Amino acid sequence: MTISTVGKGDWHREQMACFRKMEKVTVAMQDPDMGMKMRNQRLLITVIPHAMTGRDIIDWLIQKYNICDEEALHLGDMLVRYGYIYPLKEPRCLVLQPDECPYRFQTPYFWTSTRWPASELDYAIYLAKKNIRKQGELMDYEKERYSVLNKRINHTWDFVVMQAREQLRASKQRRKADRIVLECQEQAYWLINRPPPGAHNVLDMGLERPNTFSSRVPLNQNSDYYKKEIETCRRALGRNRVKSSICLEGFVKYSEQYQNHDPIMQGCLPSNPWISDDTAHWTMNAQVVPTPTRLRVERWSFSFMELLSDPMGRQEFMTYLEKEFSAENLCFWQACEDIKHGENSKIGEKVEDVYKTFLAPGAVRWVNIDSKTMDKTLEGIKEPHHFVMDDAQMHIYFLMKKDSYPRYLKSDLYKNMLAKAVVPQETKKSVFPFMRRQRHSSPSPAQAVAVATEDDGRIKQAGQAGTNSVAGSQV
Amino acid sequence: MGEMEQLRKEADALKDQITAARKAVQDTTLEEAAAGVAVVGRVQMKTRKTLRGHLAKIYAMHWATDSKLCVSASQDGKLIVWDSITTNKVNAIPLKSSWVMTCAYAPSGNLVACGGLDNMCSIYNLKGKDGNVKVMRELAAHTGYLSCCRFISDTEIITSSGDCTCILWDIETGTQKTSFAGHQGDCMSLAVSPDFSYFISGACDFTAKLWDIRDGNCRQTFAGHESDINAIGFFPNGQAVITGSDDATCKLYDLRADQELITYQDSSIMCGVTSLAPSLSGRLILAGYDDFNVNIWDSLKAERVGALAGHDNRVSCIGVSADGMACCTGSWDSFLKIWN
Repeated sequence: MTISTVGKGDWHREQMACFRKMEKVTVAMQDPDMGMKMRNQRLLITVIPHAMTGRDIIDWLIQKYNICDEEALHLGDMLVRYGYIYPLKEPRCLVLQPDECPYRFQTPYFWTSTRWPASELDYAIYLAKKNIRKQGELMDYEKERYSVLNKRINHTWDFVVMQAREQLRASKQRRKADRIVLECQEQAYWLINRPPPGAHNVLDMGLERPNTFSSRVPLNQNSDYYKKEIETCRRALGRNRVKSSICLEGFVKYSEQYQNHDPIMQGCLPSNPWISDDTAHWTMNAQVVPTPTRLRVERWSFSFMELLSDPMGRQEFMTYLEKEFSAENLCFWQACEDIKHGENSKIGEKVEDVYKTFLAPGAVRWVNIDSKTMDKTLEGIKEPHHFVMDDAQMHIYFLMKKDSYPRYLKSDLYKNMLAKAVVPQETKKSVFPFMRRQRHSSPSPAQAVAVATEDDGRIKQAGQAGTNSVAGSQV
Repeated sequence: MGEMEQLRKEADALKDQITAARKAVQDTTLEEAAAGVAVVGRVQMKTRKTLRGHLAKIYAMHWATDSKLCVSASQDGKLIVWDSITTNKVNAIPLKSSWVMTCAYAPSGNLVACGGLDNMCSIYNLKGKDGNVKVMRELAAHTGYLSCCRFISDTEIITSSGDCTCILWDIETGTQKTSFAGHQGDCMSLAVSPDFSYFISGACDFTAKLWDIRDGNCRQTFAGHESDINAIGFFPNGQAVITGSDDATCKLYDLRADQELITYQDSSIMCGVTSLAPSLSGRLILAGYDDFNVNIWDSLKAERVGALAGHDNRVSCIGVSADGMACCTGSWDSFLKIWN
């Protein structure tokens, strides 16, 4: 049974997909041949048929899905929490006890997915029945809800009471054992669908998102609105669009270039700290190190931005520019960054500083900007704001990128850095001879095959990892 | 009346022309373009750490730029800064309003921010003088819930809200610098471009918009989804936008081609995408879904290459660390897991 809500535009979106999966498991558990061996359980003086112990459930799950004890306990616990199995001894404690505690399967009639969502009317009838049977001795929260419902659906209250009386009368005609079973099942259903205050509500779907889009009728669809639309469309039409082949190629090239730098795909040297608990990798790649790693120095050649965003890279580039007597460009760029992202209150003095140092005629570190940009910037300085240096900064950025950067990459300074760079050795820890050291995430193919041949219940089980049993325990 | 009818026709005609112009640059298929790329093969990641401590649903998490610390926000009213290696809690910040929906870590590591149904973005200073973490600013101007926030620097932050707008704030003065209006549905998430000059927002009007931070204009609008867009992110080279939606698909929109180029969908997946994050090289896209799993997509082949299953409830947030080492997932089951 799937629960789906009709989303906007009449399209069905599945909710609570876990129900479908759990129902598969419980149906398998009740299979006459391969299912669980059930027995009669004694509850006080009554004998309840078709019950099983918590231990039985766990053992069956272990055997059927070839999982470890802990995972089976976790899985069985989820079946209890979502109401597919309910406890007989302590009905309000929806937890799987791995011992001799008796449990029963919930009948499909009372599966949450059968009647979704649980209706107020049904809840009212249930509480009314309980009220009559227990002569007013409901729990506090039930009393509260009962009176709230009384107010809310008062117009059908006669119907509620009549239904309650009718159902009670019908149940009196059943055998005592059946009656108790039905009461237990119904109680279990309502414990899930109307949990007591403080109990975890597994059916909580989160904050209701106001469906404002379809109900938001476009206001003011007058000629002004359309004029604006037309203007936006004209601008959009005039945009230069690049061919999709070039764009896709761009992505292909980028991911190929960075593949070796992507630890999830390629692993990392000397070892992945998350796997080996050895932080050597981070020490080697700290912001400032005497000798950087080779991968890091390689990245400086990928793009100018990569070089500038690495503090060490920037430092190296500065050294190179100093040799070429054009270091003022990088200094200017850095100062502009500071203005762009720095505090509002200091903008005035920062802009003043930059002007004096870099832009004023005869300035100590004068930067070479074209006259048009210079005029515009000088005009803007009169009323300084965060982006006043943007055009000038862009000009100098491109100057460095087109001129100094390519030459830096060809320079001895860079080449020496690359040659000196460290390629860390893979740490060889002593491990069991038959366990290959994993550098990266994907396990050995042999293990992958073993997983694949298992019943396809593994990965599809509600919320359980398709991990092998060795790593089943959580760190 | 006649004039309005004419204008409407003109607008529609222009829209058709735009569609045609977009089609005109579609000169290849994904299969052809990625034909020469080697297949990734099955990716299996394991839980390396589980961060326990929250008492209620986790709604958001964000990595710090040092790739070791991360912050998470939960509806138990706490913002927790974790040292993900040791699983220790570095800070546990109690919030005034427990209905928090988003959190963010500043690139400098000095500040964290959060917000939610209180319609405000609260900024906390982690490096206060006496060691206590205090509220530094409360940014209030939105008329709807705060769905997402991201720092640009220690002085600027962008927020998206259920009131259909996004705002760029000056943290120092606590005032709005720019307001980005144009969406016709709640803005659900935002992401800032790698060069900090643009940001994208995804909303309940089924579209994603690219905004210029400097002049406040919407540069491009991307449509195509059939339901609310819950998650959004930039491809690492900053040239494309990846979106995840309630319609169970993720889409990649290229900024230069001005259209959707790739859709990540599978007939067996029928539940909404809640969150997504690309790996460092962009080759893998990790997306969290309502069915408690995370699916790993090969971004160039549009195929599923793996899944992370381990949460007992919806995966509400996901993030890949800056150095690409590890992926962190946060869920409504109150746990955060680090995968690798």
